[in-house]
Amino acid sequence: MSTDSRLDTSKVATSNRTDAATTSKPSKAGGLASWADDRLGLATVMKKNLRKVFPDHWSFMLGEIALWSFVILLLTGVFLTLWYNPSMGHVTYEGSYDQLRGVGMSEAMVSTLNISFDVRGGLLMRQMHHWAAMIFIASMMVHLLRVYFTGAHRKPRELNWVIGCILLLLGTLEGFTGYSLPDDLLSGTGVRAADGFLKATPVAGTYMSFLLFGGEFPGEAIIPRLYIVHVLLIPGILLALIAAHMLLLVYHKHTQWPGPGRTEQNVVGYPMLPVYAAKAGGFFFMVFGVVAIMGGLLTINPVWQFGPYDPTKVTAGSQPDWYMGWPDGLLRIMPSGMETVIFGYTISWNVLLPILIVPPLMLVVLILLPFLEGWITGDKRNHHLLQRPRNAPTRTAVMVALMTFYGLAWAAGGNDIIAIKLHSSINQITYFMRVAVFLGPLLAFWITRRWCISLQRHDNETLLHGYETGIITRSPDGGYAERHLPISEASAYTLTARERDEVLAIGGDTDAAGVAAPNSRSEKVRARLSRWMFAHNVQKPTAAELEEAHHHASHEAELTSGLDHPAEGHQFDDHQLRDTEEVPLRER
Amino acid sequence: MSIDDKSTAIEPHSDSHLPAAPAAEPIADPGLAEHHWRPTDVDTRAEKRAERQIAAMFIAAMIFSVLFVVSYFAFGVGDNWDTVAGLGASTVSLGVTLGMALLLIGIGIIHLARKLMSDVEMVEMRHPAASPQEDRDATIEALNAGLDEAGIGRRPLVRNTMLGAVGILGLPAVVLLRDLAPGSTLDISKLASTIWEPGMRLVRDVVGTPIKASDIEVGDLINAAPEALFPTEENGYEELEGAPLQSEKAKGAIIIVRMDPDEITPVSGREEWTVDGIICYSKICTHVGCPISLYERTTHHVLCPCHQSTFDLADGAKVVFGPAARPLPQLPLMEDGEGYLVAQSDFKEPIGASYWEREKQ
Repeated sequence: MSTDSRLDTSKVATSNRTDAATTSKPSKAGGLASWADDRLGLATVMKKNLRKVFPDHWSFMLGEIALWSFVILLLTGVFLTLWYNPSMGHVTYEGSYDQLRGVGMSEAMVSTLNISFDVRGGLLMRQMHHWAAMIFIASMMVHLLRVYFTGAHRKPRELNWVIGCILLLLGTLEGFTGYSLPDDLLSGTGVRAADGFLKATPVAGTYMSFLLFGGEFPGEAIIPRLYIVHVLLIPGILLALIAAHMLLLVYHKHTQWPGPGRTEQNVVGYPMLPVYAAKAGGFFFMVFGVVAIMGGLLTINPVWQFGPYDPTKVTAGSQPDWYMGWPDGLLRIMPSGMETVIFGYTISWNVLLPILIVPPLMLVVLILLPFLEGWITGDKRNHHLLQRPRNAPTRTAVMVALMTFYGLAWAAGGNDIIAIKLHSSINQITYFMRVAVFLGPLLAFWITRRWCISLQRHDNETLLHGYETGIITRSPDGGYAERHLPISEASAYTLTARERDEVLAIGGDTDAAGVAAPNSRSEKVRARLSRWMFAHNVQKPTAAELEEAHHHASHEAELTSGLDHPAEGHQFDDHQLRDTEEVPLRER
Repeated sequence: MSIDDKSTAIEPHSDSHLPAAPAAEPIADPGLAEHHWRPTDVDTRAEKRAERQIAAMFIAAMIFSVLFVVSYFAFGVGDNWDTVAGLGASTVSLGVTLGMALLLIGIGIIHLARKLMSDVEMVEMRHPAASPQEDRDATIEALNAGLDEAGIGRRPLVRNTMLGAVGILGLPAVVLLRDLAPGSTLDISKLASTIWEPGMRLVRDVVGTPIKASDIEVGDLINAAPEALFPTEENGYEELEGAPLQSEKAKGAIIIVRMDPDEITPVSGREEWTVDGIICYSKICTHVGCPISLYERTTHHVLCPCHQSTFDLADGAKVVFGPAARPLPQLPLMEDGEGYLVAQSDFKEPIGASYWEREKQ
């Protein structure tokens, strides 16, 4: 093998600084890489990827938090499995925690208490595991919002959006199976509710419940079964899907914000080795560190306070972990009596609707969002430049409406806590929520869309008339006006680096030969939706409009030049009169 | 071949449905901003300072790791668990030292990346996600050739029987799961009955002592259980263990309240189910099965803490608020010879959450 076909990492090591790269003998790393390549042939792949460019923006870090908290979950989870005993065998607790000594409970609960009180670092790992799970799901949600609000779900990334939605679903199920494992009073209450949900499933529900629990609730099978689902089945699928998610990210290359030199055709940023690897690797340690400090200082799921599960007991204020809160909220606001009996069979709409119909429907809607948008816009192009949320008012408003629905349903899941904290009537709160989950999203949609459109207008104002300087001038006839100055070229370019929206136009109902066009009905719907999406948007100014505005501005400037008087007090601030062209305009 | 050779070959997007010439951009792309040197690039002192800062963070991280080991051995667990910040001294110190060690490593590495590694932005060209057209054509050709040689399309009998054979494999897979609840444990008719039987005493749920009607005051609520769950030689009930014990406990739980008999709205057919205003209902919510016991004495309402279904115990436990659809099942009561409360019979309907076959049983 000749030297030049080897992976030359010597350049990597010397081209970071001010000097040009120099060739030198292969470094130690280069030697190791050659050894590996002789056997694995990785150089062809690595040559493209070692210095792969990643764009930089704080919002790209949100998905990274999810990734790293998943790694922390794997590490802390493995530690916990060394002591946790997934058994519902009934024993008497004889461990270190005084208040429960002598109380009968399952071996699962005993081992959880032992991890908490008899294994050094055990409680820390339990709390880190639980906090990391919270952060995992929260960061996935915020990452999803970032992707959608900036248009990063568009072609070619729709499939990665679908994978992401499935990751969110699996993460939620993983969380539920996880917090059910200690077999304490709170988790047992959750499992019993889940049994109620299963039984509400038409036709096969009762049998599904019996099969899952190994007979009648609660049985002795549910904890070992949830355990294997929690530590093997779901994590395995999560791991595979996260790998696919990352591979697609690398293949598509990351999206970037538009700006000077940043186009649909390129990606501008720092190379994977060394900058991005260091930043991402360092960030892993930071997330890990924050989780460790949270695990050390913030109590979470103190199962010793709840006591062991007893099917005849429950605590007031029983609630699932927060990410399960919104279906629970929908469950709480269902009106009484929604149950029908048809041919002697019971259909429990009061459970079916909020748990088994609406949440899966919401997931389907979420998964379909990029495909619906693609169909309405008819846009088949690849998109790598991100959009500001204001520049897609209808899309932004749709997501804010969905968020409002989620948030209200979630708040309804805490109606008892709200009632206690605000000293108000739980009935009134529930009646309010029954209406709010329908009206809230509509209101949020309308406000968000108008807000976005106003922001678009504001952008155009800034482009055409410049930024507000805060300098007030008085005209000879006594009128006051604020002076505007043009923004920098780079800022102006960034504001205009967006596409003009096109409302889909359809031809007539018939083609040239007088034959009805195929799909004309669906095309009409599509055109109407396209109009709904885009017709109200404010488009960026044209070159001519910009030219005219600048002409007008320079004319103004000419008229007012020489009229400025130095005002007392402005010698020391930004508003001092500029007497030379050398002083640059303020960067925006 | 270097990265850039390949990158130059970018295919234009296919956007045939859009106007060929989009409106001219109002402002031309000024191109990438000029690179500004950082203090650490041009000033050796700043560079050395950054080096020292980073090394200091790494050294501090080492110290915290050592402190972690020290705390591991210095603090016991168990008895001193609630001495610091509501958690054990051990948990708090382990968490803080581990967290600081990790944070300092992370901040150190990121500081290194920001101050000392190159901050010159690089430009890489994108490629379309799709394969080149010739590769697509070749693949489609290979696919068609392969399918053609397989001949599956021409032999529907073979194709259909093969699909059928593979499809029917789902049956063994599903049937295998039947014994998730082996044998008679899958008997769903068990949902329709509980351990209550005629003459069984109502006992307090924690201690298992029987309850005399005369001991209950108006306004009291007692959480109770069937006597069979507290077997003694005296009462002669069979000792239950494991899963059967848990499921009988889960179904048999009851609440007993005493009201002024005048306040009770009689339900037809149940006139003889109470003893002097003492009335007994299943404790298990008819919504999704939480145990209920938040009782408001003045209104005779009980509230389920899980989803706030509210039942009026004076009016046949009918639902007055919340998502539940059915009243709590009532247990018919009477007094035995010694004045203790006993059940006249089992519940007349299945207790707890609704299920598909409920009305059939």
